[in-house]
Amino acid sequence: MIPLNVNGRLHEVEDEPNTPLLYVLRDTLELNGAKFGCGLGQCGSCTVVVDGKPIFSCLTPISILQGRKITTVEGLGTEDAPSPLQRAFIEEQAAQCGYCIPGMIMRAHALLTTNRTPSEAQIRDHMNPNLCRCGTHMRILAAIRRAAHAMQAADATAGPREVRP
Amino acid sequence: MRRILFSILLIAVLAAAALFFATHLTIPAEQQTQRTFAPDVVRRGGEMAALGYCASCHTAGNGKPFAGGRPLATPFGTIYGTNITPDAETGIGLWSQAAFNRAMRDGVDRAGRDLYPAFPYDHFTKLSEDDLAALYAFLMARAPVHAPNRTNALAFPYSLRPLLVGWKLLYLNKGPVSSDQTKSAQWTGGAYLVEALSHCGACHTPRDRLGAEIASRHFDGGEAEDWWAPPLNRTSPSPVPWSEESLFNYLRSWDAGHGGAVGPMAPVVAALATIPEQNVRAIAAYIASTLAKPAESEKHVEDNQTQAMQANPQGAQLYAGSCATCHETGAHVPFTVASLGQHTSVHGPDPRNVIHVILHGIQPPEGTVGAIMPAFADTLNDAQIAEIVSYLRARFSGGPQWSNIAGEIARIRRQETSP
Repeated sequence: MIPLNVNGRLHEVEDEPNTPLLYVLRDTLELNGAKFGCGLGQCGSCTVVVDGKPIFSCLTPISILQGRKITTVEGLGTEDAPSPLQRAFIEEQAAQCGYCIPGMIMRAHALLTTNRTPSEAQIRDHMNPNLCRCGTHMRILAAIRRAAHAMQAADATAGPREVRP
Repeated sequence: MRRILFSILLIAVLAAAALFFATHLTIPAEQQTQRTFAPDVVRRGGEMAALGYCASCHTAGNGKPFAGGRPLATPFGTIYGTNITPDAETGIGLWSQAAFNRAMRDGVDRAGRDLYPAFPYDHFTKLSEDDLAALYAFLMARAPVHAPNRTNALAFPYSLRPLLVGWKLLYLNKGPVSSDQTKSAQWTGGAYLVEALSHCGACHTPRDRLGAEIASRHFDGGEAEDWWAPPLNRTSPSPVPWSEESLFNYLRSWDAGHGGAVGPMAPVVAALATIPEQNVRAIAAYIASTLAKPAESEKHVEDNQTQAMQANPQGAQLYAGSCATCHETGAHVPFTVASLGQHTSVHGPDPRNVIHVILHGIQPPEGTVGAIMPAFADTLNDAQIAEIVSYLRARFSGGPQWSNIAGEIARIRRQETSP
């Protein structure tokens, strides 16, 4: 049994220690947000956040995740109450087929959690590992800028912010 | 005691030399309007600049080409690549051909200041008049960029430029690349490129305490920006023998026997991919001759899987979860060799190259096609990376286990990610 902290909930899973996190998320925990794209850490559609950092869940064995905090796209918001980042992706209509979007959102989430005012160069540099085969990168970038502005505005009204990786 | 005497003697020689020779004249400024260049000379100069990797040191990360600003860490402190665009104020816009040639051959700038040998004039001094003219034409035909040079951060006494006069007396051997009448024209052309323009020895030959290449250990392997630069002679630990063909493939893009260039070698290959093929063939012919090994000393690619699993069970587990998906597929993943044991770095004297690659991954230079490997710095902690590194060494190399793997991982993690 390996304990996994996913979106604030503790799960005990019985998968083999070197099973990739992606398979456990999708098959065992039925969290189907993260996608299997290439399985080689080259496309980013499996991106989730671990301890505040974006990682490829297809190349991360669960054996190394004990005591670490895993956040998936399901942990950000719901259909009725989307997170600012999810709302921005909807408002910019950033998805075409949508397969890459959970990974894109999670990688962007890791950036905006630590940097509310990223420059265009910082956004592009940070998002570089994630691919979109439909070619909606320009809308994805626009959505990240929109989310950054929305989060800055929310910070300004809410006062000091609690950082939650 | 001999060391102290040697040092005193050396300082005395340097000081005396500095006093005698430290005055170089300023070469008069030349206005840019006086210059015109034939297009084919400029084009050839562009190929020369690619073969000399000028842009590698003279371009900052995300900076304008040749506008300088890139930090180069040396054992003596940090040196910044200078602006070599034809900007009159901050670049080399006022430099005449004579001033340019003096910098390339004597390591003296237009104002008469001695230049540090991080600028490899110990190699460029062997360049032909024609090639210097082509390089000059190419640089002068670039768009001028206004970008003031950054001040070097060198420790005393290395900050004293006149000391370089003594350094040059000791180490700067002018004159053409030595030739060998028994060799082909291609080999001779390759020798000229390798020893003069492409300055391969700058990284692949070890340096002494004063930062000079040790002539008696030509191509024994050296250092480049905290990466190990493998030997280019018979001492190479590569288990797969190199041939002209495999060197050509490697230098041009990627070789199925040896893999691809990483670290500071990646921009070299990106540059060589842009120039006419015969130049890279010539380099390959020459390097193949310096690497040549007698057949009986050829090794084979090791795979001590069982022993490595017993010695490093945790490393084996982590390898299965994080590495095997790409590296145990029998080379079915693009730009992936069949066995990690084919990479020379696994057989090197220290684990730095392997650690750099695991921590920071591999990204092909912008606009090029090549190997992609994700960075594991945020996925694996130092202890886990150490387990994988020792497992790789135990499994794929017949050499002794590396020492201080954990210390090196911690040290490299602390470094700024390379620009």
